[in-house]
Amino acid sequence: MIQADLNIILPEILLSVYAMVALVAAVYTGKDKIAPMLTWLTAAAFVLIGVWIGMSGEGTNSAFDGMFTDDAFSRFAKVAILLSAAAVLVMGQEYMQRRGMLRFEYPILVTLAVVGMMMMVSAGDLMALYMGLELQSLALYVVASMRRDSVKSTEAGMKYFVLGALSSGLLLYGASLVYGFAGTTKFAGIIEAAGHGQTPLGLLFGLTFVTAGLAFKVSAVPFHMWTPDVYEGAPTPITAFFATAPKIAAMGLFARVLHDAFGGVVGDWQQILALLSVLSMFLGAVAAIGQTNIKRLMAYSSIAHMGYALMGLAAGTAFGVEAMLVYMAIYVTMNIGTFAFILSMEKDGQPVVDIASLNMFSRRDPVKALAVLLLMFSLAGVPPLVGFFGKFYVLRAAYDAGLAWLAVMGVIASVIGAYYYLRIVYYMYFGEENDDLDKNRAPVLHVFLVVAAAMMLLGIVNLFGVEGAAQAASMALVK
Amino acid sequence: MIGLEHYLGVAATLFVIGIFGLFLNRKNIIILLMSIELILLSVNINLVAFSSFLGDLVGQVFTLFVLTVAAAEAAIGLAILVSFFRNRGSIAVEDVNVMKG
Repeated sequence: MIQADLNIILPEILLSVYAMVALVAAVYTGKDKIAPMLTWLTAAAFVLIGVWIGMSGEGTNSAFDGMFTDDAFSRFAKVAILLSAAAVLVMGQEYMQRRGMLRFEYPILVTLAVVGMMMMVSAGDLMALYMGLELQSLALYVVASMRRDSVKSTEAGMKYFVLGALSSGLLLYGASLVYGFAGTTKFAGIIEAAGHGQTPLGLLFGLTFVTAGLAFKVSAVPFHMWTPDVYEGAPTPITAFFATAPKIAAMGLFARVLHDAFGGVVGDWQQILALLSVLSMFLGAVAAIGQTNIKRLMAYSSIAHMGYALMGLAAGTAFGVEAMLVYMAIYVTMNIGTFAFILSMEKDGQPVVDIASLNMFSRRDPVKALAVLLLMFSLAGVPPLVGFFGKFYVLRAAYDAGLAWLAVMGVIASVIGAYYYLRIVYYMYFGEENDDLDKNRAPVLHVFLVVAAAMMLLGIVNLFGVEGAAQAASMALVK
Repeated sequence: MIGLEHYLGVAATLFVIGIFGLFLNRKNIIILLMSIELILLSVNINLVAFSSFLGDLVGQVFTLFVLTVAAAEAAIGLAILVSFFRNRGSIAVEDVNVMKG
């Protein structure tokens, strides 16, 4: 009995044991000297476990009396989380090492955060949900303030901590109400209590609080205030991490709570999600226009993208979940490519984040400029690039679910949002002459940038089979 | 007779005080940490009250988890606060403004 349960959560156990062993080993041996090696090792472990989960899992298994669910949905999310975390680790390694920021705690904290994310997308109980979420968040607070000697980094950590703790509090208060009115913390029990016609008012209150707490974690408007500051203040490799894996995990958790626990009251949460989605898309599109710092711009861009992903969820159908998963997979690929570029921007060895420094970049490095052009067009959703298909999926999901107005709003917001992506392209190709950025020699970043850009073009054939996997995942989640 | 609703009332009041403490406080980051603690404790009262009302132990188990996590959270919050103080020389809320949000 317990053996079978342990087998189901074996990947999480292995990763946690790895984190603890690595911590002890690093403390007793070279400390920060072995940090580069540890980073590569961690990335390799992520890829191995990701491939293992992707290849081996079958069907729906639940462990510990329904507290932990392993199904196609959680496997899809876990593979995406592990692979993107590995990519970000590899990308940031050289950048951090050159600036003396690569401490051995960094890969270990990322590992713990990833374990938390894997728990989140597999949660089958409010307690498992909370513990996974906190394991992720606590590790991320520390990672955000990784540069202890920088005012910006510690301030980012401070802001992230206070607002993150507030959101956990909201979520927890909602969880306590749900427990009280459903009489159980298990999702399987909650859906029964919430399903039959008369849903207790307290349960809906709980649902609202839980939704607000989760909206914080996905940085949906009006709970987005922390995002630009944390993105700007945290070191760039860590910003790249924030923009990828935690977003997938939070969206995955969102989908799981809404469908597994509150699948019977779709009408009650659909309107909340539609509102969050519209506000995020518009605020993300409008507020990014005035930004000169590319990290802040990416923060607003991610807020807008979360709005589109939430549109898929707001549909409340299996196709909506599928669209959300496809969208998240595409979003993460685009962001990894873009951040590989941002990491390579530097002048006289110092990192640069000013958009104006990209003036006439195409003349100095045509290959990179072309790759960034593809990524920006894809982020803006210009057909026929892959980013367009992501948007097309969520718009169709919203339209099919009878939310035509939401789909129209999405199209309008994406037209407004295209402006600031195209502005970057404009600077690169038609800007004024100015001081050059350094020629960056980091081959790893170059490879990630070019591969991500190439995927934006080649993916239009079949989206690399993501559709099929996402469909299986959504079928497992929405019965 | 003190019933469930009284406990829920106290918990809701504490929760609201905590939220207001976060948003209205203009002085000190320590007060933010205290407000966060207040929010988590109000949740605990809620959970224990429901647990006793339902005759179901799960709520009390949940409370123990929340207490543990709250301790870890306070430790991390204070650690970040200390490193922020070293850089900025102040823990006033109005000095957390290097980046404009």
